[in-house]
Amino acid sequence: MSTVTTDPHAHAEHEHHGPAKGLKRWLYTTNHKDIGTLYLLFSLLMFFIGGAMAMVIRAELFQPGLQIVDPNFFNQMTTVHGLIMVFGAVMPAFTGLANWLIPMMIGAPDMALPRMNNWSFWILPFAFSILLASLFMEGGGPSFGWTFYAPLSTTYSNDSTALFVFSVHIMGISSIMGAINVIVTIMNLRAPGMTYMKMPLFVWTWFITAYLLIAVMPVLAGVVTMVLTDKYFGTSFFDAAGGGDPVLFQHIFWFFGHPEVYIMILPAFGIISSIVPTFSRKPLFGYASMVYATSSIALLSFLVWAHHMFTTGMPVAAELFFMYCTMLIAVPTGVKVFNWVATMWRGAMTFEVPMMFSLAFIVLFTIGGFSGLMLAITPADFQYHDTYFVVAHFHYVLVTGAVFSIMAAAYYWLPKWTGHMYDETLGQWHFWCSLISVNVLFFPMHFVGLAGMPRRIPDYALQFADFNALISIGGFAFGLSQLLFVWLVVKCIKGGEKATDQVWEGAEGLEWTIASPAPYHSFTTPPEIK
Amino acid sequence: MARTSYLCWSLLTFLLAFSTQSAEMPLNMTQGVTEISQQVYDLHMKIFYICCAIGIAVFGVMFWSIIHHRKSKGVEPAQFHESTKVELLWTAMPVIILIMMAIPATQTLIAMEDTSEADITVLITGSQWKWHYKYMDHKVEYFSLLATPRQQIDNKLSKGENYLLEVDRPLVIPTGKKVRFLVTSDDVIHSWWVPAFAVKKDANPGFINEAWTRVDHPGIYRGQCAELCGKDHGFMPVVVIAKEQSDFDQWIAQEAATQAAAKEAELKLLAMNMSKEELMTLGEKVYMGYCAACHQPNGMGIPGVFPALKGSKMALEDLPAHIDIVLNGKTGTSMQAFDKQLTLSEIAAVVTYERNAWDNNTGDLVQAADIAKAQSK
Ligand code: HEC
Ligand SMILES: [Cu+2]
Repeated sequence: MSTVTTDPHAHAEHEHHGPAKGLKRWLYTTNHKDIGTLYLLFSLLMFFIGGAMAMVIRAELFQPGLQIVDPNFFNQMTTVHGLIMVFGAVMPAFTGLANWLIPMMIGAPDMALPRMNNWSFWILPFAFSILLASLFMEGGGPSFGWTFYAPLSTTYSNDSTALFVFSVHIMGISSIMGAINVIVTIMNLRAPGMTYMKMPLFVWTWFITAYLLIAVMPVLAGVVTMVLTDKYFGTSFFDAAGGGDPVLFQHIFWFFGHPEVYIMILPAFGIISSIVPTFSRKPLFGYASMVYATSSIALLSFLVWAHHMFTTGMPVAAELFFMYCTMLIAVPTGVKVFNWVATMWRGAMTFEVPMMFSLAFIVLFTIGGFSGLMLAITPADFQYHDTYFVVAHFHYVLVTGAVFSIMAAAYYWLPKWTGHMYDETLGQWHFWCSLISVNVLFFPMHFVGLAGMPRRIPDYALQFADFNALISIGGFAFGLSQLLFVWLVVKCIKGGEKATDQVWEGAEGLEWTIASPAPYHSFTTPPEIK
Repeated sequence: MARTSYLCWSLLTFLLAFSTQSAEMPLNMTQGVTEISQQVYDLHMKIFYICCAIGIAVFGVMFWSIIHHRKSKGVEPAQFHESTKVELLWTAMPVIILIMMAIPATQTLIAMEDTSEADITVLITGSQWKWHYKYMDHKVEYFSLLATPRQQIDNKLSKGENYLLEVDRPLVIPTGKKVRFLVTSDDVIHSWWVPAFAVKKDANPGFINEAWTRVDHPGIYRGQCAELCGKDHGFMPVVVIAKEQSDFDQWIAQEAATQAAAKEAELKLLAMNMSKEELMTLGEKVYMGYCAACHQPNGMGIPGVFPALKGSKMALEDLPAHIDIVLNGKTGTSMQAFDKQLTLSEIAAVVTYERNAWDNNTGDLVQAADIAKAQSK
């Protein structure tokens, strides 16, 4: 184990070594809990900034006609909303959870590479400041969609593209460093007796996610660099006139992009697999099969990228290959859902807010999975592709999937982080308001898409008007509901009923054996795992 | 109890009110008007019902647990876990269901991608933000632009029935014939989509994609560009008219004759001079139709994206360069070549307009002959 635990002198010094005071604590911190908090707060901020952009989009789409923004700005909003939510809200939230929880779950004193940990967080604010600043450039910020298809993002974009590329590079570096840290920590700092097959599922899913990140973030870095050189340095990777191919861009992008969507959902699976057994007071039905299912999803995620590109004109054989592989992913995903349901079966359930969000996750994520299965059927995909049906699909898996799991996690571990129970009534209000509004927001999008409304348009035919008004109302309500969450978190940090160490009656795992709030340094001597 | 049922009823009437108001919006995918679109619809419904069945089973078990296996009922939790038998079962079952689904999907897909033995071929070219149709077997080609007036989009006029789904010149195809589409683009990626045919194909610059359809019923079918292609992506609809073969033959013959005649007239025009008034009127019309999307109706452009023409050095001074950029575009920018899209007199008029509108007041008059001269250089 590390020197911290073997050198008694260093150990003793550490005990008296609390956090520094004021701003310096946060700027210089190498403590996994501080960094986890920073990540989580940053992600919350980004969630609101990206959400504000969604509100602009929904306000414009409230009625047919152009009323609030011009199409160019509308495109900037859809683009930056997507980038911020993916790279600024969901991914940092999971990294924050990993920072807080992985060391506590495996009985480690901290992350393995604490200085790199500080660095990987603190470059993020720069990345997003650059991205947001680009909106104020002449001609506005990036407006080619978060997928930045060439040549729209190369030849036909304005100079904000350079800033966009730079900021994506920084986000990528941050993610890679975070992933390296997770892998090194899990491989080296597990407490004695914590074998791989004893690790909590949240640790397992993050372990696999981290490998996915290391595999694909460099691909993203590669593709943005190619965009940059195509635009500014005379290369023609994606320009047919110079011997390139615009569809090559999509292949590279989605080779990153598809594993990326699993990067945003595997940790969610880990969270749900922690919460459901706790509130069912019954062990997870199939631990080993969950681990294998997660691994097979991760492997398959490298073989399905072109299902985002069925309409680009591929050979039939390729279309068939990608259709079959995509359908195959439904199998391990199904195994997960069946496992959660079997865990609840004949348990003794209670329905605190974390459990409510988890139950909503299971139902709504599965609905997103169903529409994903429908999208996998290539001939039908020709009709669904680039319509609101796709928008509905990925918001079900990302909002009621990833975001709901993050909410569930926040409620579940808040008492451990703050030492106070959150306000259960307020939490239930937040849950029910979110649940209803999110479905008013995203469910009608299925119908609008099937009826033929393309995505990424600032104005639409009259037949779509009523549904869009309804969707916008759902959107505003969902946005407002999230303010309840902020209020609740602030309240919980400031005070509230004292949390016990165990917090939840049915909770199992090392993090529940230490004090609430978790001490600044936990597990300076490794715990014994039976 | 009475209150809940009252609530339920009012919710239902509210939803019904919604659905009657939007009576025109179907709630499901269109069955379309071709054999393929019908097959696609059937696949869509099949996979949808499969999902529903799985959903009912899984959520049924889950809600049963939620209702019956709750602590407040005083149940003791069971402690069972791991069962290889169950786990094998719930892995194998989905595989079988998926294979059942994959077979018809494969058949339809192979049929959709078989573009051989077409009766007629149309080359479809997307560009920012219009479609160009060229009949490969006839001497007919033309652009197809959004026909919805700007005032409707800006909420200054009430919106028409086919708001944003109407074009000046629709594509015309014969019924009962296999029509092959060759799809490509002049600038960014677009995607040509007509839901009623279940045809959606990306238009990739520098490459040609193929698709086909065989429409059985005469009618007007509407779609839109489906791939984000820049600022006016939402404003490039697709309209296709399917006509009986005899009507189609008549139409295409007439169209070919008109286009040939227009070319001749164009040559005659070279010898004539248009008055400033005529040039400006025609010029304004062309400008609003072809240029204003980027350079804006007031000539101010969008800073950083599309340059202003009002007060621009080129529009005030350099006439040859001005004609050249309109004729040939500028590679590597979204300023496209209008050589093929506009007639000589239209180009002359729009250049004249740009040099005299918005206080540009150069007094320059440009005639069709000047454009022809520039073209031959
Ligand atoms: C799709 C957008 C788009 C459309 C439509 C368009 N332009 Fe342009 N135009 C541009 C862009 C972009 C430039 C700047 C090219 C460059 O980088 O030099 C430009 C440049 C020009 C210039 C040179 C301006 C200068 O001062 O350098 C003229 C003149 C011009 N366009 C005329 C026209 C005319 C006439 C039409 C309609 C027939 C038209 N444009 C339609 C995008 C467009
Ligand atoms: Cu387009």
